[in-house]
Amino acid sequence: MTRYVLRFVALGYLAALLIVPVGLVVQRAFADGLDAFWAAITTPEALHALYLTILIALIAVPANTVFGILCALAIVRRRFRGHGLVNSVVDLPLALSPVVVGLALVLVYGRKGWWGGWLDEQGIQVIFALPGMVLATIFVSLPFVVREVVPVLREIGDEQEEAASTLGASPWQTFWRVTLPAIRWGVAYGVVLTTARALGEFGAVSVVSGRIAGRTETMTLHVEERFQSFDLTAAYASSVVLAVLAVTTLLAMTLLRREEAN
Amino acid sequence: MAIEVRDVTKRFGDFTALDGVSVDVESGSLTALLGPSGSGKSTLLRVIAGLEEPDAGAVYISGEEATGVSPQKRGVGFVFQHYAAFKHMTVWDNVAFGLAIRKRPRTEIHGRVTKLLDLVQLNGLSKRYPSQLSGGQRQRMALARALAVEPKVLLLDEPFGALDARVRKELRAWLRRLHEEVHVTTIFVTHDQEEAMELSDQIVLMNQGRVEQIGGARDLYDRPANEFVMSFIGPVSEFGEELVRPHDFEVRREPNGSASPATVERVVHLGFEVRADLALDDGRAVWVQMTRDEAEALELEQGASVFLGPRG
Amino acid sequence: MSSVAVPAPARRRGVPLSLGVTTGYLSIIVLIPLAAVVLRSTEDGLGAFWAAITDPQAVAALRLTFLVSLGVVAINAVAGTVIAWVLVRDSFRGKSLVNAIIDLPFALPTIVAGLTLLALYGPRSPIGVNVAYTVTALVLALLFVTLPFVVRTVQPVLLELDREMEEAAQSLGATSLQTFSRVVFPNLFPAILSGTALGFARAIGEFGAVVLISGNQPFKTEVASVYIFGQIESDNVTGAAAVSVVLLVVSLAVLLAIGGVRRWATRHDA
Repeated sequence: MTRYVLRFVALGYLAALLIVPVGLVVQRAFADGLDAFWAAITTPEALHALYLTILIALIAVPANTVFGILCALAIVRRRFRGHGLVNSVVDLPLALSPVVVGLALVLVYGRKGWWGGWLDEQGIQVIFALPGMVLATIFVSLPFVVREVVPVLREIGDEQEEAASTLGASPWQTFWRVTLPAIRWGVAYGVVLTTARALGEFGAVSVVSGRIAGRTETMTLHVEERFQSFDLTAAYASSVVLAVLAVTTLLAMTLLRREEAN
Repeated sequence: MAIEVRDVTKRFGDFTALDGVSVDVESGSLTALLGPSGSGKSTLLRVIAGLEEPDAGAVYISGEEATGVSPQKRGVGFVFQHYAAFKHMTVWDNVAFGLAIRKRPRTEIHGRVTKLLDLVQLNGLSKRYPSQLSGGQRQRMALARALAVEPKVLLLDEPFGALDARVRKELRAWLRRLHEEVHVTTIFVTHDQEEAMELSDQIVLMNQGRVEQIGGARDLYDRPANEFVMSFIGPVSEFGEELVRPHDFEVRREPNGSASPATVERVVHLGFEVRADLALDDGRAVWVQMTRDEAEALELEQGASVFLGPRG
Repeated sequence: MSSVAVPAPARRRGVPLSLGVTTGYLSIIVLIPLAAVVLRSTEDGLGAFWAAITDPQAVAALRLTFLVSLGVVAINAVAGTVIAWVLVRDSFRGKSLVNAIIDLPFALPTIVAGLTLLALYGPRSPIGVNVAYTVTALVLALLFVTLPFVVRTVQPVLLELDREMEEAAQSLGATSLQTFSRVVFPNLFPAILSGTALGFARAIGEFGAVVLISGNQPFKTEVASVYIFGQIESDNVTGAAAVSVVLLVVSLAVLLAIGGVRRWATRHDA
């Protein structure tokens, strides 16, 4: 008896909070027909937003992946004095408000910021331009590869790497032929999570980009802009595109987990 | 009669764990449920405890029908192979648990738990947590916990299975002494025939969900009901179509009517006992056991020709 | 014993650049910008800092943020535990799909989350429920984004929980309720606590999910992150930085607390 009550409560809660709202948006996005949907997501602004979103992800994700692997190696293998601190700093972006992140970047790279003035003189604009948005996205999606790779590295131990070096492999060869294959699943999960976070970033990018339609709007910013302009169909349509990307992420994680188990 | 099991059947999907099992357990006795893996002995114990519901049949505890009664209300004490200690509670709180949930007065709990900890020799460790105890200590705590609520029946599921050999032997002897002191009807599950024979008044030997034989250790050894029982309890040697106890052979140097000729392949001296591998003329192998004196009298050695037949 | 070259101790192993690159990257991306926030908040003097965080609108925003976040994570502590229980102990068709859906708030952009809730519970609600621009909307948005936290911290603990402890309690006469409250819950509690703390840290900083649905009315439905955003837009950088520092400190405190909870949780493990 309690089992059915619990099940009903759990599923009801999920339906009311998650499933029905998302379903409703999907339904409304297509309410005016497939043509209206297609038109909404192929306006110049929408296409540019999509392009920008993907471009930023293509920069942020590889950067955070390389960093993530190196950082995980440093934390687990090198055991230097501050490794606990580094671990905590890496976790910070998860606990910070994205608006604070945006503010932080503006204070450093904005025209009146620490380095902003100097960069401006060199002709490099960071805030209200692509570099700022990339930095913001890198900041918020930083932890994921590290957090997925660290436990894997800890679990496999360094014996394989020690064996490789006694057999004459250089550090680079050991890394490429022994370490990297061993951590590939952790890296894969981390990349998927990083990508999802990068594609979905809103708050930090909102602060640093200036939200100039057609120039510095990502898809998430575009959704907001369309909403504020009372163009609900377009807002829903772009939301559906983003939701599809989100679901693809979840699918990718599930498939990866299944692959790893085999 | 403390426990009666009548025609109990239990299936898990396609697998039949118990097939029409009937057992009687006398009040105050110590009974072993013995058998190989998959024989259904643990399932039977759990059915008696109420942790599994049978698909058919009935269970009676102290004369009352217990089938369908929840484990909370059966008055059974259950001890698990891996202790199932409440790891977030101290030893004291673990043992007191059954009394605490029955809202017994504090003085009563205090007296009872102290007595039990004395009984299981864990008095100094009452404030420790299970993670700070050895395996043997954890199991003694589990026993004290089960006994605290004065169960009508004590059920132990391979209680010493997770312990190393030396601790196992110590606890076996200790359990027998405990039973003599406390006199609760006890049933324990084991796959170790030596343990069953050493501890119990009655052995229920099970195989593939059925009861093969019920009786004392001696009965099962001397008068096995079938081949399975004979080979599970005690050593056996194959002689043609028969199973014979290796010490039940008569080995002679001269022919003796129906005795079969054989050659000694190997002789092993194990102190008092001597074991010999023999090869019959048709190539089949047989092994026999005899005393040192018997072996000497026969001048048993490798290559010797002997004549072999079952005694009596 | 012959003298043989011994390989360098494990401490020195690993790609040599890793340490330098790590600290450099973290500094440029994370540490220096955060330091800039802290420094900027006090750049105009401690008086200005104090004035900024005691500004009535800021205080209202912070109070609303903390109170609502606390309430929301308390609700999700219960809901999350129930959901985790159903996912681990129950079985029904579509369970693995439900399990995957739990991660949706992690994967879905927050602005989209806000929009979906607005669709169902806003002005054009098909079920006639309109809570837009109220604190209720705020609560809904935060419930959405913090949902997975407790579920995902409790699930693994439940999966590993020794069922025999529950059977032992039953054989000793405990009812289902007693078994849950005395045996199961104490072992779940640390996981529930750390999931709640993580959710809280996330909730106090949430921006995208609330910005559309709550109406952002100062003193009524304006949360700290929206207030900060507003201060940046009106070029009151000191105010923005000061309130940011408050959020930062609370987040750090929560992260530390979670580490402590984790250590406390494993104190009884054999």
